[in-house]
Amino acid sequence: MSILIGENTRLMVQGLGRDGSFHAGRMLRYGTRVVAAVHPGREGETYDGIPVFNTCRKAVEKTGANCSVIFVPAPFAADAVLEGAHAGADLVVAVTEGIPVLDMSRVVNELDGMGVKLTGPNCPGLISPGECKVGIMPGGIFEPGPVGVISRSGTLTYEIVKRLTAAGFGQSTAIGMGGDPVVGMKYRDYMELFAEDPGTELVVMVGEIGGTDEQDAAAFVAETFHKPVVSYIVGRSAPPGKRMGHAGAIISGVESTVEAKVEALSRSGIPVAETIEEIVDLVAAGLGGLN
Amino acid sequence: MKLEEFQAKKLFDEHGIPVPRGRMVTTVSGAEAAAEELGCPVVVKAQVKTGGRGKAGGVKLARTPREAGEAAGKILGMNIKGFVVERLLVDPALSVAGEYYLGITVDRKRKVPVMMVSASGGMDIEKVAAETPEKIFFHPVDPHKGLRFFEAKEMAFKVFQGKKNALDAASVMVKLWRCMNSLDATLVEINPLARLEDGMIIALDAKMVIDDNALFRHPDLESLRLPSPAELKELEARKHGLSYVRLDGEIGCMVNGAGLAMATMDVIKHLGGTPANFLDIGGSSNPEKVVHAMKLLVSDDNVKVIFVNVFGGITRCDDVANGLVKAVSTVDLKLPMVVRLTGTNEVEGIKILSEHGIKAFGDMTEAAREAILLAGKGGAGR
Repeated sequence: MSILIGENTRLMVQGLGRDGSFHAGRMLRYGTRVVAAVHPGREGETYDGIPVFNTCRKAVEKTGANCSVIFVPAPFAADAVLEGAHAGADLVVAVTEGIPVLDMSRVVNELDGMGVKLTGPNCPGLISPGECKVGIMPGGIFEPGPVGVISRSGTLTYEIVKRLTAAGFGQSTAIGMGGDPVVGMKYRDYMELFAEDPGTELVVMVGEIGGTDEQDAAAFVAETFHKPVVSYIVGRSAPPGKRMGHAGAIISGVESTVEAKVEALSRSGIPVAETIEEIVDLVAAGLGGLN
Repeated sequence: MKLEEFQAKKLFDEHGIPVPRGRMVTTVSGAEAAAEELGCPVVVKAQVKTGGRGKAGGVKLARTPREAGEAAGKILGMNIKGFVVERLLVDPALSVAGEYYLGITVDRKRKVPVMMVSASGGMDIEKVAAETPEKIFFHPVDPHKGLRFFEAKEMAFKVFQGKKNALDAASVMVKLWRCMNSLDATLVEINPLARLEDGMIIALDAKMVIDDNALFRHPDLESLRLPSPAELKELEARKHGLSYVRLDGEIGCMVNGAGLAMATMDVIKHLGGTPANFLDIGGSSNPEKVVHAMKLLVSDDNVKVIFVNVFGGITRCDDVANGLVKAVSTVDLKLPMVVRLTGTNEVEGIKILSEHGIKAFGDMTEAAREAILLAGKGGAGR
């Protein structure tokens, strides 16, 4: 079982540039139903067997696409998200990095008003192992299983997932929610969905310095989330005021430090791994406690 | 991109926000001339992109042009939190009757810009927020509609006394939002926003951060970048698609992905070593990027060992291996290097490295231990 993406996902790929075309093929071969691609000026062509359209509107009309993934370059990506949403996608996944934050603020608010879900931007996307992948995650390291994964980063997620898979803990859905200051869905939004998913027994939450999303999630878990949660937070060695790659990973006050986040998580009864290795132990303990 | 005060004030001025008619100078004689021209007393202010310059002695009042010159002599070259003062702003000293705080920043939680107003101006606003949060008023700005005058007026009357003060302040608020919105700033801040004895509402300080991601819309603003030597290195790195932040340690890190790069630094620290930097080479497999990254690492004299940690997802390990081989010969690497390579095409990658006498680890913690050992820092974790 899974959340957000699965067997019923009909995906359109917006932007068939270098990255978009490469990953369209990878997603297709992973088993995702990639039903359309959108690239102005190339309507009528097919790419890897996928029909190409000028607009999302036409793509949805002709193929019934219900999900969209954005590989459009940053200056045009905010508009592309809106186009996908207005054409009828229920979920838009924005992989593109470098979208201006005020643009995203407008886009996120408009999508909220429409009831359209957004993952990203600046994210690796989602994968429901064995069923569907939307984005750029390397499919090979994932296995189906009971662990939900929510993270703000890409390669760190792979690092953790590889260890989980090696230890026999497969994943229901893994999500990279994005490294920007303003992103669509956040930990607690995904947790609400994991709460309803019978296939998810435990959630691994991977956080980092910057903002207070981890604290918000901790409060939500303490109040209403009844599945075990395990977490890991990076950035202990980051100096304040410096952006650590992700636009959102910057210590800008006491609240956005690792210490503050660990404290909030611990207070909510969420164990925080000291090291990457320890995550697997905590997951084992969390799942063991269910039996 | 953080702006210095004199730059932010100029942009505020262009958006109709009252600011003092100051002069930016870079020399003692320049400060004297500015004081002469503006008329004394004047305030001589260090231009640095960090807070706390007042406490550090970077702001001085001068009653004569000669005093202004003396103040400039003391402040120029001063090191304030790692920033060496190269520029000064000489502002006329004004008679202040009240100090307020006004700022707008993007609130990550609400996902909209939020305006903050307080009667506790001139102080560290984070301290006010922590100790007396009831003294700050917040107003979320609809990013589509913008800040309307009536909203600003409602906020102004919470903090300012009297119709004229409140309406003038509301007008500043609306202009500040327009400035933020039209220039794609992620932060605009006036602390203090002063009420002068003659009743004028004026911005005595100005902070502004422009969204780097939006500079494609404002190519003219790029010229406002005045990087310090440390920032210059970070900027140079960014031109090559690398994200670099220098720290003070000995282990030079090269990692793909920001999250993994932070995790790598944390592991090193956890095991008793010291990371020399944060360096994210991104998701591309371009060997040139690896060469630039290597050059960056060896240009830091503190670095005693190079630690490469790559998890190939989209990045292919064989591409990274080829890049590393090329980088080692290009920079004629003398330092020991520890490579951890796993993920897509790892077998091919490890083969390429071993053909060139480079051993690769599969596990990042093991590799980190080796790097610490080589740096001569056997750590707690071993």
